[in-house]
Amino acid sequence: MNKRLLCTALLCLPVMAHSEASKVSEHILKNGLKVLVKEDHRSPVVVSQVWYKVGSSYEPNGITGVSHMLEHMMFKGTDKHPAGDFSKIIAENGGDENAFTGQDYTAYFQTMAADKLAVSFELEADRMRYLHLLPEELKKELEVVTEERRMRTDDKPQAKLAESFNAVAFTSSPYKHPVIGWPSDIANYKVEDLQAWYQQWYAPNNATLVVVGDVQTQAVFDLAEKYFAELKTSDIKPLKPQPDMEQLGTRRIVVKAPAKLPVLLMGYKVPSLKTAAQETEAYALEVLAGVLDGGNSARLSTDLVRGKQLAVSAGASYDLVGRLDGLFELDATPVEGKNVADLETALKAEVVKLQQTLISDEELQRIKAQVLASSVYEKDSNFYQGMQLGALETVGLAWQKADEYVANINKVTAEQVRDVAKKYLIEDHLTVGYLDPQAIKPAATSTAKGAK
Amino acid sequence: MAIRLLGLLLFVFSSVTHAAAKIDHWQTPQGSRVYYVRTEGLPMVDIQVSFDAGSARDNQQFGVAALTAALLDTGAGQWNADAIAQRFESVGALFDASASTDMATLSLRTLTDKALFDKSLDTMQTILTKPRFNEVDFKREKNRTLAGLKQQEESPAALGSIAFSKALYNTHPYGHQTAGNLKTIAGLKAADLQTFYKTYYVAANAIVVIVGDVSKEQAEQTALLLVKDLPTGKKPEALADVMIPTTASQQHIEFPSAQTHVLVGLPVTYRKDPDYYNLYIGNHILGGSGLVSKLFDEVREKRGLAYSASSSMTPLLKSGPFTLGLQTRNDQTKQAVEVLNKTLSDFVTQGPTEAELTAAKKNIIGGFPMRFDTNKKLATYVGMIGFYEMPLDYLDTFQQKIEATTIATITEAFKRRVNLNALQTVTVGKTEVAVDVKSAK
Repeated sequence: MNKRLLCTALLCLPVMAHSEASKVSEHILKNGLKVLVKEDHRSPVVVSQVWYKVGSSYEPNGITGVSHMLEHMMFKGTDKHPAGDFSKIIAENGGDENAFTGQDYTAYFQTMAADKLAVSFELEADRMRYLHLLPEELKKELEVVTEERRMRTDDKPQAKLAESFNAVAFTSSPYKHPVIGWPSDIANYKVEDLQAWYQQWYAPNNATLVVVGDVQTQAVFDLAEKYFAELKTSDIKPLKPQPDMEQLGTRRIVVKAPAKLPVLLMGYKVPSLKTAAQETEAYALEVLAGVLDGGNSARLSTDLVRGKQLAVSAGASYDLVGRLDGLFELDATPVEGKNVADLETALKAEVVKLQQTLISDEELQRIKAQVLASSVYEKDSNFYQGMQLGALETVGLAWQKADEYVANINKVTAEQVRDVAKKYLIEDHLTVGYLDPQAIKPAATSTAKGAK
Repeated sequence: MAIRLLGLLLFVFSSVTHAAAKIDHWQTPQGSRVYYVRTEGLPMVDIQVSFDAGSARDNQQFGVAALTAALLDTGAGQWNADAIAQRFESVGALFDASASTDMATLSLRTLTDKALFDKSLDTMQTILTKPRFNEVDFKREKNRTLAGLKQQEESPAALGSIAFSKALYNTHPYGHQTAGNLKTIAGLKAADLQTFYKTYYVAANAIVVIVGDVSKEQAEQTALLLVKDLPTGKKPEALADVMIPTTASQQHIEFPSAQTHVLVGLPVTYRKDPDYYNLYIGNHILGGSGLVSKLFDEVREKRGLAYSASSSMTPLLKSGPFTLGLQTRNDQTKQAVEVLNKTLSDFVTQGPTEAELTAAKKNIIGGFPMRFDTNKKLATYVGMIGFYEMPLDYLDTFQQKIEATTIATITEAFKRRVNLNALQTVTVGKTEVAVDVKSAK
């Protein structure tokens, strides 16, 4: 009885959420720059993001991490604006800005008061084609990136495990190397490497401009024409496909590092929405991740953390939006008295259960309710809405996929979830990684009072 | 001179446009303070209930506040942890309970559709008023906390931050981390949590914040429903003032990492500090403004010594930490610490330049609407205003107060409040002496 009422209430929501959703408008400049605008008038602000179709999965060996290095160099000046100017101008206009690099994209963003959008456009258009890559700036920034690598990876045992894990899980796929790059590659970048990378990929016909906020769509299109229209195109060559070699048996890796707790990582090869033969498979994998790790009522928390009390934490993740095949990942940290092998057994038992028994209606309804609610909550953030559109477009899926997401999740059945578990979560396509904690040398501490 | 005039004009123009949110405030019959803002456009609401029950109230049982908050949703009324999680998640609601230094907060984000809203609110109310603190849940959560504390020992950043708090606050309630430590957590019993809960989770000590698409009438009913079953109780006594260190100290923790983590600072400002705006904008210029701060420029842009270099000025109920931090390759620690200290001492003795101040004002005032452009950010601000009993027009007067600062007032405030001879320095990393790169190759 209660359940029916609940379902009825939920059924009303898509309509409501839909009518509230403002729509996305698209305009393509003659030079190929795609402009996406989503109006949101709740607050007098705007986010502007420029997404380039380039990231670590585009990089050949020897210059891994060059996309990320170039991201840093994009703040180092152009013909019009010397190094540091970009950030100063944005700051003086009340803006927040930064950039990020992933496997499949490099993106730059500014959040500003809505009437300052032109400031962002002028600067982004300028550095799309007129960047100065100077040896002395590269020399300094290379040190910065090396420090970044030490901070993010070298001094973090779990990040080290993840890095080695990826390098083992993938064979011929460029997803095998880290976004930040291997240390020796970072140490040996030359200005020419960056120059070539910039010339090859930074062009209007390889970019998407996403604007979300308190703006008028046509005015944004006009502004984009004004600042970006004269930029020259590049000859963008199609990427080599580089699929991963078929995996022919479980792979295992142990990483020893100074640490206190062991950690388990498991990853099964799976398609993304882009690479799946049937899109329904990707949505079913998304639901599968929700069954295991969609909150405190999901199976990993309920069964492993609370029920059997094997893990202090456990998680599952699936990346729907990848350009290439990826991994369905499971991770867990054992409670004292248990080890990673116990957890591996327990997680595999969860997988078997998914393959043999249909998930309950209650679980499916819970995930659908969460997805629906999230689609409302996400609209609280312009930035997040921009991220969705930009990422989808950049990996080669259409931005319209963002609008179809809730409906597509709603169509997923318990049978489809069982079927993808059977098809993809198989031993021969599994990689297992253990973090084996090594003693941290006893901490010597010295204190000097009043010594200044 | 002309530049100054122009600057002033700009400020005047930019400040007219954005009126901040209108906050409604009232008290429930038992003395809980309620703060409500109506936002429209999305069928959702953020609800928070906060108590003066953060780790500052731990006494000698470091971590009891955090563990009490963590236990709340593991069993309440007739429901166990599974049932509670299912109740929230079946309606797409997000719930969290946690403690920070000053406060414990239960927060709920839910859709406003009546059936969904009622179910999540009902669940939150039960968690708030009838938590079980049973033995099985207590043991499990205690073990998870212990594991987390153990895991911190593999992080130089975490070790540095623990030592830094201790250096700044010693035995003051701000001197230990919110999660507690291995020894104090191991010594806790479920009854300790029960006692903590009974003392601090009372109506007279509660703040309710409601921000979202609900009417005032709904907000009144919601607030009343949430706290009506709490005992009235009383507010805890005021926290002791912080004894600000008067001499400098330096501490190094040896750790087998590639980088040394550096933390420098001292306790400085609190929420109702009359110097707050001068300290705030000064810190913004020094190290609080991301890619354009002085510290970032000196450490990263000019010398490539670190990926991140920044400072923060955290106002708490009592003097919160003023922290300057960076991470650098072990063998260049000495140089990086020198650059950091010189940047700080130059700033304290000379203050900002006219250009720096103008740029900072433009940034803060121009970016003002971005401080509360989401429901979540606005709810956080309203919660802060409520908890610290700041004036309801805090957001409305913010730009004006920033505009009013001058080079003279900022410099004077920093000189008086940041004693360069009392800085506490913590470094965590491997001792390595700088070598000449060429000869080493």
